[in-house]
Amino acid sequence: MDFNFLNDYFMFFIHGAKITLLLSIFTIFLGVLMGIVLALLRLSNNVVLKSISAAYIEFIRGTPLLVQLYIVYYGLPLIGIEFPDIDALGSSFPDLMSGVVALSLNSGAYVSEIIRAGIQAVEKGQMEASRSLGLTYGMSMYYIILPQAFKNILPALGNEFITIIKESAIVSIIGIHDLMYNTDIVRGNTYKPFEPLIIAAIMYFIMTFTLSRLVGFVEGRLKVSD
Amino acid sequence: MINVNDMNKSFGELHVLKDINMNITKGEVVVIIGPSGSGKSTLLRCLNLLEVPCDGKITFQGIDITDEKNDINKLRQNMGMVFQQFNLFPHKTVLENITLAPMKLKKINKEKAEKIAMDLLKQIGLEDKHFTYPNQLSGGQKQRIAIARALAMSPDVMLFDEPTSALDPEMVGEVLQVMKQLASDGMTMAIVTHEMGFAKEVADRVVFMDEGSIVEVAEPKKIFSNPENPRTKNFLGKVLSVS
Repeated sequence: MDFNFLNDYFMFFIHGAKITLLLSIFTIFLGVLMGIVLALLRLSNNVVLKSISAAYIEFIRGTPLLVQLYIVYYGLPLIGIEFPDIDALGSSFPDLMSGVVALSLNSGAYVSEIIRAGIQAVEKGQMEASRSLGLTYGMSMYYIILPQAFKNILPALGNEFITIIKESAIVSIIGIHDLMYNTDIVRGNTYKPFEPLIIAAIMYFIMTFTLSRLVGFVEGRLKVSD
Repeated sequence: MINVNDMNKSFGELHVLKDINMNITKGEVVVIIGPSGSGKSTLLRCLNLLEVPCDGKITFQGIDITDEKNDINKLRQNMGMVFQQFNLFPHKTVLENITLAPMKLKKINKEKAEKIAMDLLKQIGLEDKHFTYPNQLSGGQKQRIAIARALAMSPDVMLFDEPTSALDPEMVGEVLQVMKQLASDGMTMAIVTHEMGFAKEVADRVVFMDEGSIVEVAEPKKIFSNPENPRTKNFLGKVLSVS
C-alpha cells in the first residue's frame, strides 16, 4: 500500500471533512428542532396535527434517503425555492443547502420518535406536579419534562448524530464536495481505488468517535442528580 | 372556599363520581376516606382540574374553575397539591424544586425565593438538604419537601392525595406531623388518606365515600364512634379493627 498521494491531497481530504462536518452540524441542529416540533405535534390532543406528524414520520421512515435527497434536490427549484449561488467553502451553496434540507427532513423524523419515547418515559406525575403549581403546559414541558426526557434519550440521540455524520456521505451523489466526494476524486486522479478509502474511513471514524466521547461526557455530567 | 355542585365524572363507561356535592370553608380541614376505588382521589384531583369533571360546577373563591374562560393556571397557583408519589423534580435540587414556581410565576427574584424556601425547609427540619437532589432523600423527606414546594406559592388551600400511602411505616409520622402543624396554623386542607388516627385528630369534617358517591359527612367524633350509614359502619369496622 502506498499513501504517498497524501503529500498532494491531505488538505483536500481535510477540506472534504470540513464540509461533512458543516453539513452534519446544520443537520443535527435543524433535525433536533424539527424533531421536537414533530414530537410535540404527535403528542398533542389535536387529531389533525397528530395525523400529519405521524404520516410524515411514516413516509420518511418508509422511503430511502437517496430518493428523499433527489426529491429535495430536484424538487426545491420546482416549487420555487432557490438558494443564492454564493461560493461557500468550495462547494456550490444551493447544492449544500439541498443536502442540509434533505438530511434534516430525514433526521427530524427519527429524532422525533426518539424524543417522543423520551417524553413518554417521564413519569406522568411530573407533568401533574408542575401543572398543579400553576405552570402552563409549555412551561412544564420546557422546565420539567424536556430536560428529563433529554437525559433519557441522550444515548439514542448520540447514535442518531453519529448516523447523520455517516449517512451524510450520500450527498456526494449530488456533487457536494464532502469527504466522500473528495475521496472519489482522489481515487480517480491517482488511479488508486483502495488507499484513499482507508483515509476516508479513518477520518469518518475520528469524527464519529469524538462525537460519541462527547456524548458520553455530557451523559456523565447529567448523572449528578441520580 | 371550594364549592362542588352536582359533579359527575366518568372514565369512558366507568362512572367514578356520582352527583358530588360538597363544600370546604376557609380554615377547614376536610378528610376524605373510603375504600380503594371509591373515587376519593379522583374527587380531589377534580378540585384543581387535574381531572376534568363531565358535568357539574366547581367554584374556588367564587370563581367557576370549570369555565374555560377562567385561567386555570392562575387559579392553581392558589391551590397547593401534594401527591402520593411525591413527584419532586428529580433533575433539580431541593432548593430549585421549591423556588421554581415562585420565580417563574410570581416573578419573585432568586434571592427572595431562596429565602422563602429556606424558611420553609427550616420549618420542616430539612434546611441542610437544600443542595441535595431528590433521589438522595428518603420518602418521608421527599414528601415533606413536596409539601414545602406547594407552600412556597403561599396557596389558600392545600390538597393532599394519599400523602403517606407510599411511605415506609416509620416515615409516616414525620409527614403527618408537618400536616398537623399546617392545620393548626389555619391552612384550609382537603386530605385523602387511610390514616384514620390522623383523620380523627386533625379533621374538622370527615367525608366518607363509597362507589363514587359521598355516603356520609360528619365530624370525626361522630363518624368514628357512631356512623349513621351502614356502609360507613362496615368500612370503619374493617379498618379500625386492624389498627
